[in-house]
Amino acid sequence: MRDTNSMNTAPMTMIQALRSAMDVMLTRDPNVVVYGQDVGYFGGVFRCTEGLQQKHGNQRVFDAPISEGGIVGTAVGMGAYGLRPVVEIQFADYVYPATDQIVSEAARLRYRSAGDFTCPLTIRMPCGGGIYGGQTHSQSPEAIFTQVCGLRTVMPSNPYDAKGLLIASIENNDPVIFLEPKRLYNGPFDGHHERPVVPWSKHPLGEVPEGYYTVPLDSARITRPGAAVTVIAYGTMVHVAEAAANESGVDAEIIDLRSLWPLDLDTLVTSVKKTGRCVIVHEATRTNGLGAELMSLVQEHCFYHLEAPIERVTGWDTPYPHAQEWSYFPGPARVGAALQRVMEA
Amino acid sequence: MPQRKPLHLHVPEPTGRPGHDTDFSYLPLSAAGAKRRPPVDVAAAQTNDLAFALIRVLDDDGRALGPWAPQVDAALLQRGLRAMLLTRAFDARMLIAQRQKKMSFYMQCLGEEAIACAHALAIGDGDMCFPTYRQQGLLLTREDNNMVEMICQLYSNERDPMKGRQLPVMYSSKKQGFFSISGNLATQVIQGVGWAMASAIKGDDKVASAWIGDGATAEADFHTALTFAHVYRAPVIINVVNNQWAISTFQAIAGGEGTTFAARGAGCGIASLRVDGNDFLACFAATKWALERARSGFGPTLIEWVTYRAGPHSTSDDPSKYRPANDAARFPLGDPIERLKKHLIGLGAWSDEEHEVTKKAMEAQVAAAQKEAEQFGTLTDAHGQSAASMFEDVYEHMPAHLLRQRQELQLGQGA
Repeated sequence: MRDTNSMNTAPMTMIQALRSAMDVMLTRDPNVVVYGQDVGYFGGVFRCTEGLQQKHGNQRVFDAPISEGGIVGTAVGMGAYGLRPVVEIQFADYVYPATDQIVSEAARLRYRSAGDFTCPLTIRMPCGGGIYGGQTHSQSPEAIFTQVCGLRTVMPSNPYDAKGLLIASIENNDPVIFLEPKRLYNGPFDGHHERPVVPWSKHPLGEVPEGYYTVPLDSARITRPGAAVTVIAYGTMVHVAEAAANESGVDAEIIDLRSLWPLDLDTLVTSVKKTGRCVIVHEATRTNGLGAELMSLVQEHCFYHLEAPIERVTGWDTPYPHAQEWSYFPGPARVGAALQRVMEA
Repeated sequence: MPQRKPLHLHVPEPTGRPGHDTDFSYLPLSAAGAKRRPPVDVAAAQTNDLAFALIRVLDDDGRALGPWAPQVDAALLQRGLRAMLLTRAFDARMLIAQRQKKMSFYMQCLGEEAIACAHALAIGDGDMCFPTYRQQGLLLTREDNNMVEMICQLYSNERDPMKGRQLPVMYSSKKQGFFSISGNLATQVIQGVGWAMASAIKGDDKVASAWIGDGATAEADFHTALTFAHVYRAPVIINVVNNQWAISTFQAIAGGEGTTFAARGAGCGIASLRVDGNDFLACFAATKWALERARSGFGPTLIEWVTYRAGPHSTSDDPSKYRPANDAARFPLGDPIERLKKHLIGLGAWSDEEHEVTKKAMEAQVAAAQKEAEQFGTLTDAHGQSAASMFEDVYEHMPAHLLRQRQELQLGQGA
């Protein structure tokens, strides 16, 4: 999936990788436009679009009014015209005013018009907790979108995937919800908040090709091969699960879903059939979270291979609290305990 | 301490209810020809008076008066009249077809024909309308209108371009500049603004025309549309069709009491006009003005079209439960077909005989199209869309889970 001339790599944070993806696509495709709140001149509150307006001009990269429904609604119209909008919602917690446009319009336009109109847009939104963000800067609303037919929901866990998945999402002709774990913007985070932050420059997946490449949608990645138990995770929880496996000594096979829906069922089923055990990990609240669907799929497809009940380690069914951050966030201790439990079952 | 009366929640009510007449004095009216026609590059703030007035061309005697009288030849007006007669004939025939259970549902635009039919004659080929479910005139007025295809959509039959997925009247026709209709109100107005922004981004000269009813202006997307259209000076016409009713709800409950819907545009810095929606000439002239303004890069226009929803809201609605039976007949702006007919007869370009002949011809045209469409089935007969087609177009390429579900359906049917 790489161009032969794009093999020059550079160390990038996830922020830089996302910015590079948008820069590459703004350069390659004159129909790509980037806009959202504080996205233009200022370059985004997380710096993800820094310099893009200066380089590509304000007809391609621009600031938007504080109106999530307006941002997504105009993007649907631009898509109908033939543009390829990449819009930003400042925090996933603030996507709700846009849900009518996302669910009723973007997701259904191709279907309801029998392909007469399409909606090739990408909606970026920083998500996830672990940053003392409190109730409205920490949410993981992926299950709201994975439940909607017609949408693709994607979440990277490292700079390499972030760039490749974002380019693939922008190029995809279906509407894509692109969730960015802001806890991972500057470095991997395994849940050990008591330890110093590690930068991406120390991580192999912080080395990112400078040019065009893609990471295909609908493909999961095994980040740690193992034989004892399959851990299905995505976003920040991939790093938490790796720490939990290393610390618990359980030989876990860790799968980074990357595309949350539609997903790579084959990789999940092959792994669970091999290990016979499965732990699902996400930051989002438990009840009716994506974990419930993952659990159902594993149960349906791997029932006769399962040696233990499937476990879920998730956020609690509460709004995301501020002071109780580390009691809420599913850290390596909670994941490790679940790994032990399924091994003992 | 002065004594105050206890507060009281104000709940607007229409003056007319079943059994007693509506007092239409709530509608600010102006005399035909009385209102000025500003230049197309007018500053938005200089249109504030027009947002509270009523632009009218045709007077009660059918004469075209004042600066808004479009300088068009009689042939164009005859075309407009034929389009309105066709639209009315289409609605009448489809209403019967719904009662005959050939389709599940229908919505007429009775009394509102002038707005969409005039608009369709004014607008350019590359422009895109973002209609609601009550602008069928936009399609029927076009010379390349495909009535058979429209009826196939209503019937959800094997030739339905929407493949049986959409409720009747939710047409889509990109090639005819008619955006896919959604059941969710107001969503298309902000989309129309986005389409117009795209036209501007690409340095194009195409204009978007976005549509909304009086009731739906209360939706958030109406407000976002005005804001984005103003902020980015988008080449868009925002059409508010004020037909006084949102199902059973009088326009005062949508926020029309003591103000106008055009005033919202003025408040957002958008040039705004309030126009007699039953006056074909005013409809044509105002649309042309707004189009010229948008196409020249002078920015958006909001037009409130004042009209009356003469028919039931839909085939599922009975207006006699909430408004007087004689309301449409008493509406001060009359009937758009009768008014244009009188004008054309006054010009010597039409006659009662020609009118009756045309009416019959339009009815015959609709009947023929209906007959042709029925060859491909109706909702309840066997010529439907294949069940397997239900899984297509959810995504560009059918993902694995939908392939599996499609197969499950086939197996479940004992194939």
